[in-house]
Amino acid sequence: MKPILRVENLSFAYEKQTVLENINLEVFEKDFLAIIGPNGGGKSTLLKLILGINKIQSGDIKIQGKSSLQFLNKIGYVPQNTNVNTDFPIKTSEVVLMGRTSKKIFFFGYSKDEQQKAKEALEKVGMKGFANQKIGSLSGGQRQRVMIARALFTNPKILLFDEPTSSIDVAGQKKIYKLLKNLSKEITVIVVSHDLSIVLEDATKVAYINKTLVLHDALLENKKFDTKNDHFCEVELLHMLGNSHKKSCSC
Amino acid sequence: MLDALSYGFMQNALIASVLISIIAGIIGSLVVVNRMVFLAGGIAHTSYGGIGMAIYFGIPIYLGASLFAVGAALLLSFISLKQKNKMDTFIGLIWAAVGMAIGVIFVDLTPGYNVDLLSYLFGSILAVSRDDLYFISILLVVIILTLTLWYRDILAVSYDSEYAALRGVPVKFFYTFILVLCALSVVVAIKIVGLILVIALLTMPIYIAQKLSSTLAGMMLYSSALSLLFTLVGLALSYTYNLTSGASIILVAAFFLVVFLLIEFLHHR
Repeated sequence: MKPILRVENLSFAYEKQTVLENINLEVFEKDFLAIIGPNGGGKSTLLKLILGINKIQSGDIKIQGKSSLQFLNKIGYVPQNTNVNTDFPIKTSEVVLMGRTSKKIFFFGYSKDEQQKAKEALEKVGMKGFANQKIGSLSGGQRQRVMIARALFTNPKILLFDEPTSSIDVAGQKKIYKLLKNLSKEITVIVVSHDLSIVLEDATKVAYINKTLVLHDALLENKKFDTKNDHFCEVELLHMLGNSHKKSCSC
Repeated sequence: MLDALSYGFMQNALIASVLISIIAGIIGSLVVVNRMVFLAGGIAHTSYGGIGMAIYFGIPIYLGASLFAVGAALLLSFISLKQKNKMDTFIGLIWAAVGMAIGVIFVDLTPGYNVDLLSYLFGSILAVSRDDLYFISILLVVIILTLTLWYRDILAVSYDSEYAALRGVPVKFFYTFILVLCALSVVVAIKIVGLILVIALLTMPIYIAQKLSSTLAGMMLYSSALSLLFTLVGLALSYTYNLTSGASIILVAAFFLVVFLLIEFLHHR
């Protein structure tokens, strides 16, 4: 099977400080990859490189075998902080419609076809009834789901999430996790997250990034912790990763 | 009161009020949602340098003011895209030095007594000429055309510029373009409320409109309607009681804003 996303020998430095060193990563269709690691370890930088926000300095990122920059509309992106600009007068459906990539010039407003597509995207995330509401009137979790609908608008092959639950309450987080799990049945999902319950319950692969990358998938086959009841801390997981690392990885 | 309408200058003033209210409503909305209010203030004051030079060299005032304002807009756009941390310094520089100081010095250097000075600071809607009206109309047409063609892109850039950039919208271009339109709008708005009060016209009606509307287009419509209301009421007061027009308009706007805030406060309690 060919990987849908392939990162080859990728290194990146801000001025003189190396942030990523010789990263190699393959992501296959319908994978659910969680990227974890300490702050400043390079998680967001990798995300920005995949999205084309940061320029690749050395190495390569390929989507379906071609340069990722040609395939930006195949990547849906959900940013970290969705609580920005909540005063902004914009309807939920308009936020979703931002997802389009067409270079065509539009006259005022949106075509019926696009409105329909926006409604479908909202339906997928369970926000159908909110199309005409002001985005600021929604809760954090609801707004996050709208951002997911926006990312789904172009029918992407890969969905990238940057800390999808960092700015919402616990009840909202649960719904988001469920949604992510459902989505991952059809789309490749990559999540950068501090929240370990998502990593342990839903992810099929875990990549730990701290300048270099270590990939684990055995970890999840012999889950030792029940995350349904307890939220546990990062130290524990890193410990766990350290152990399974010895058992299952050759590195 | 109605007999005032038979005067040519009063007719011009009314037409200008309508046109400028629409401009202020649209551009004010963009300025507020893009958090450019302070930038607009800098641009307004910089344009005074252009007014001073125009008076000295005897070129049309609008031309001088527009050149300075657009120059300031381009500079501020460049800085905010490249060196955001130096923004305050640069706004201070163009606001005080390039703008006001150059303006005042050139007016000093101009031979003869200059009566017009105050009118640029506080507006002189009763002195709107036919040429002014042409200039204002062209600007309004450009603004409406821009919105018709690129409403979605402008909305995307204003709401979430990072995401818009990801989707291939030329964010820097639109940011700069909005600032240039803002500069030209500030120049025409100076005509009715003066450069000291222009920021008030670009923000007070907009604040109310933002609360009332759920879309950017709606906000622009409400803002324009409110600006027009404030301008006409202010103008009527100014005519009736022989008051400075710009100050009257802004006081009317401030009055309505305070009433609105009170209603909002009581409503939420």
